[in-house]
Amino acid sequence: MKFVRRHLLTGYAIAAFAYLLVPIGIVIAFSFNDPAGHFNYTWQGFTFDQWRNWDGVPGLRDAMVLSLEIALLASVVATALGTLIALALVRYGFRGRGGTNLLIFVPMATPEVVLGAALLALFLNLSFVTLGYWTILIAHIMFCISYVVVTVKARLIGFDRSLEEAAMDLGANELTTFRKVTLPLIAPAILAGGLLSFALSIDDFVITYFNAGSDITFPLFVWGAAQRGVPPQVNVMGTVIFAFTIAVMLINVVVQRRKEGQTA
Amino acid sequence: MFFLVPLGFLAFQSLQSGTFDIGYAFDWAWGNYWDALHRYHAWLFRSLLYAGLSTVLALVISYPLAYWIAFRGGRWKNLLLVMLIAPFFVTYLIRTLAWETILADQGPVVRILRDVGILGANGRLLATSTAVVAGITYNFLPFMALPLYVSLEGIDERLIEAAEDLYASKVQAFLRVTLPLSLPGVVAGTLLTFIPATGDFINARLLGTPNQYMIGNVIESKFFNLLDYPEAAALSFTLMAVVLIVIAIYARAIGTEKLTG
Repeated sequence: MKFVRRHLLTGYAIAAFAYLLVPIGIVIAFSFNDPAGHFNYTWQGFTFDQWRNWDGVPGLRDAMVLSLEIALLASVVATALGTLIALALVRYGFRGRGGTNLLIFVPMATPEVVLGAALLALFLNLSFVTLGYWTILIAHIMFCISYVVVTVKARLIGFDRSLEEAAMDLGANELTTFRKVTLPLIAPAILAGGLLSFALSIDDFVITYFNAGSDITFPLFVWGAAQRGVPPQVNVMGTVIFAFTIAVMLINVVVQRRKEGQTA
Repeated sequence: MFFLVPLGFLAFQSLQSGTFDIGYAFDWAWGNYWDALHRYHAWLFRSLLYAGLSTVLALVISYPLAYWIAFRGGRWKNLLLVMLIAPFFVTYLIRTLAWETILADQGPVVRILRDVGILGANGRLLATSTAVVAGITYNFLPFMALPLYVSLEGIDERLIEAAEDLYASKVQAFLRVTLPLSLPGVVAGTLLTFIPATGDFINARLLGTPNQYMIGNVIESKFFNLLDYPEAAALSFTLMAVVLIVIAIYARAIGTEKLTG
């Protein structure tokens, strides 16, 4: 009885982790499935065919390329703009700072449909805009910026200003101080914001759906395929994206642990 | 700045009238809002219900888990944390489709539930409210678990020890020390789960039937199938307003200081 009580929480945690991870296992497993018909819902047999033949579905490769392109561009632009906004919000008192702070939270505190619909309303009413590549890109930059600002701001607030003052006292001008002191110190947050943006952008369905016109990103491709029966190659792509992000996260964990080891 | 402009256009759109073929014109058509509330309140209500249920479920599932990682995780904390948010790294649609596989009629879950007698011989999980709520819960769980973990992680364990030294039982120590200190995480987690969940239309579409459709499905089909932009815009605004009202009530109930905490 005592054993049960002591390990109740651990058992619960294992069950909860199973709940979280089983669907992921299914996604990976079904990328090796050998489906009989159109639908990849029941297990038929193990095969590497889908991995060898990953490019065998028309449109999938183009959708993936578009998603990667948008994610890369959107995360670079959003990271640059977001970092500047965070610096401005923390460092300079200006009129409307409180309001801006609040506005940064709007995209995170609004259901995605509303954001998607709002952007669509904007683009529909501007007659010179056609929905497609650029509208997707603008939409993605917009929702990514908020996350970058929040990440970088958190780092800037916990930042020891006296380090910058020390650099200035030692004769560094503002630009040198920023380059040699400020930037290296907030770099981890900037990187985190960038990675987060990339992940959000490549995964985004709702906002893209509203603003894509006839262009198709990877999530939109999956949506279209879901109506007809999803080819296992979609699972292959899902598995690749998953493995890639997990690898990045794990590298991050290892690097951080090593850093902690150094300072301790 | 960037967000106000699109929202402004959404408001502008929501007050137009006309049809897609002859074009829409702005004429303070408040009737769109009346229509939104009058004809679609069932969908709005269902969205709030599903989102509320999912939020509560996510809280119940992830609180003990976050607690376990924070206090028992030891040197594996970071790794466990990666596992906790792992579902986020599988494309949203693909993980919802995985649930379609799990809950399918030939799937193991349905079979077991039928054998045990919880489901009738022809009982289904797919195409029911249960499936939709389960899908939403799963999809937004990391939003709940992460803030919970952060606030539990930050608790000074000596406070709990002190409570126990002062003869509090484990339950009392939890209720009077740990739980109140983790409340900011609970608040952040519930908001981060509830807000996106109300607007979701993917789970209802893939795991449910039109009987489970939420307000997001209505907005989506108004925009893309019916091309009724003003009504869709009015519905979007109504959804946002309703969510804000619910949050305001919630904030009032729990105390504003804790929200901004």
